[in-house]
Amino acid sequence: MLVAILGLFAFTTTNYSGGYDIGDVATDFKLENIDGKMVSLSDFKDAKGFIVIFTCNTCPYAVAYEDRVEALNKKYASKGYPVVAIMPNNTDVKPGDNMDAMKARAKSKGFTFPYLMDKGQKIYPQYGATKTPHVYVLEKTSKGNIVKYIGAIDDNYKDANAVNQKYVEDAVDALLAGEEVKEPKTRAIGCSIKV
Amino acid sequence: MKPIILILVLFVFSCKEAPTEIVEVNETIDENSKGIELEIKDYVDIEPYLNIKDDNVYVVNFWATWCAPCVKELPFFEQLGKNFKDNNVKVVLISLDFPNHYESKLIPFIEKNKLQSKILVLDDPDMNSWIPKVSADWEGAIPATIIYNKDKKQFYEQSFTYEELKTEVNKFLN
Repeated sequence: MLVAILGLFAFTTTNYSGGYDIGDVATDFKLENIDGKMVSLSDFKDAKGFIVIFTCNTCPYAVAYEDRVEALNKKYASKGYPVVAIMPNNTDVKPGDNMDAMKARAKSKGFTFPYLMDKGQKIYPQYGATKTPHVYVLEKTSKGNIVKYIGAIDDNYKDANAVNQKYVEDAVDALLAGEEVKEPKTRAIGCSIKV
Repeated sequence: MKPIILILVLFVFSCKEAPTEIVEVNETIDENSKGIELEIKDYVDIEPYLNIKDDNVYVVNFWATWCAPCVKELPFFEQLGKNFKDNNVKVVLISLDFPNHYESKLIPFIEKNKLQSKILVLDDPDMNSWIPKVSADWEGAIPATIIYNKDKKQFYEQSFTYEELKTEVNKFLN
């Protein structure tokens, strides 16, 4: 039985190679926020784009970046690029990521961005997120929300003060300036999304 | 200092007859100390372990104590190292634990589980610079595993059961 479950786990984590690449149109969604309301990207009428971050409570890398995610929202929501955080894990596997835990975390950290539950885990596979944290910067256009950046928040999870490259900020700054994103894809270690 | 350690390790790896190999010199300095001295490295120092050209099969697993699926599959890697010892299969466990958890979590975990495999600790925060060097296919999720010998290399961004691990390793033994 255990072997069967583990086998299933291995299967489901390795056998999708889908997901977005730069230039693809990202799907919208309708997911429950920590305040009980349903949130879609289309609700943000004035947004120029989005910083979509797949993240959670229980991954140490996600936790290491919590304050920086909040700072991103503070800096860019008013400029038209709000943070929209999505929790992709199966909460049966990770109870520490359930809605009550998400609410508690958001309250204690004072999150000002929506923190949504990917209930049914339908959204993260479409994006191709594999881990937390995993960032997608989208630019709103007449054709839809175009993926402009995929990857890490910056180049030093350990120490925000030792960061050399702020990948997400650089990407959003470029988009705000009407320029191309110079480094559109980066990688970082993260926690595999729990299925 | 570093090159000397590296040469020693390579020597141990390449010496088939070495008894219970991989007993590191720096771990046995003080017989009375039950503490474990971690080998903490940046990527440049880790890279040679991913490219050893000898007659062994290397199974290199990236893990961390906070990663539940990693912890779940770790006994299978230990078991593999034990059961395939005579087939020249070497298991290397590369921990990605955070530095502030070395003393509080990683060392106690190694002691509690009496891990026998070679253990290295990778502390290199500029992940975007080295992840693609480990594998072009690696998105960055762990657990992740590389199995290789001098002829071929395969990367797996997934969890393993013991049977799956055995099946993959056997592909390198034939």
